[in-house]
Amino acid sequence: MKAAVVVFPGSNCDRDLAVAFEQAGFDVSMVWHKDSALPEGVDIVGVPGGFSYGDYLRCGAIAAQSPICKAVIEHAERGGYAIGVCNGFQILTETGVLPGALLRNAGLKYICRTVNLKVATADSVFTQGYNAGDVIGVPIAHHDGNYFADADTVKALQDQDRVAFTYEDNPNGSVADIAGILSDNRRVLGMMPHPERAADEGHGGTDGAAVFRALAGMVTAA
Amino acid sequence: MKARVHVMLKNGVLDPQGEAVRHALGALGFDKVEGVRQGKVIDLDLAEGATEADVTAMCEKLLANTVIESYSIEMQ
Repeated sequence: MKAAVVVFPGSNCDRDLAVAFEQAGFDVSMVWHKDSALPEGVDIVGVPGGFSYGDYLRCGAIAAQSPICKAVIEHAERGGYAIGVCNGFQILTETGVLPGALLRNAGLKYICRTVNLKVATADSVFTQGYNAGDVIGVPIAHHDGNYFADADTVKALQDQDRVAFTYEDNPNGSVADIAGILSDNRRVLGMMPHPERAADEGHGGTDGAAVFRALAGMVTAA
Repeated sequence: MKARVHVMLKNGVLDPQGEAVRHALGALGFDKVEGVRQGKVIDLDLAEGATEADVTAMCEKLLANTVIESYSIEMQ
């Protein structure tokens, strides 16, 4: 099982994401933003949190135009698996791989704390380790985590069971309390909370580990 | 040749920064402000021969995120 974690200038959760993949049994390669191809046979791509390119222009906007992102988009279009966390979620929306956009938090403040998430669907490789309705504690750390999509898009996400996680107590103004969503083929997950920061006893909680455990053996290269 | 691009959040998209500015103006006693929207101005220095269509393409591809933002272009 092979995972690739993309590293942008300003990424700061890349190694945490790599460790979470490794603990779930993946061989992980780190891929630099200037690379134009993913390593052969990659089963899943991780787009990590951080402040890629200083979040200039808009969060994720410059990263979405980087050479490696073209390869990530092609990987997703081939039906490949990918997970984008925090800035990674922002990047995946900027590329158009996932719908919507992340706006400044409604309260304008950067928020860094553990929040309760509800697992909205267990019907994906990422969430099958939970039961729908489970409440898990996962840290958030973002200034621009306010998920926005137009009403038709939100309805489509809900009707197609593509909302992966919702906030129990909405911290940032996200429409419909959305914390994470799936692509239409359910193989790409984007979420603002950090499951990789709740994947080891040393983190103070392990509620996020099931995301990575569930991926083991379930994802295949595309 | 220059172009100026204005990028604004679309109507209907909450602008928390604009709201914060409105509150601050109210606190300073400017009580006739009913709404504030905050956006960006991007000035481009362009080579001869660049057209508005080129700038439109730049806006669509990078300068604005049309999911949440609208833009207007002034060729100068």
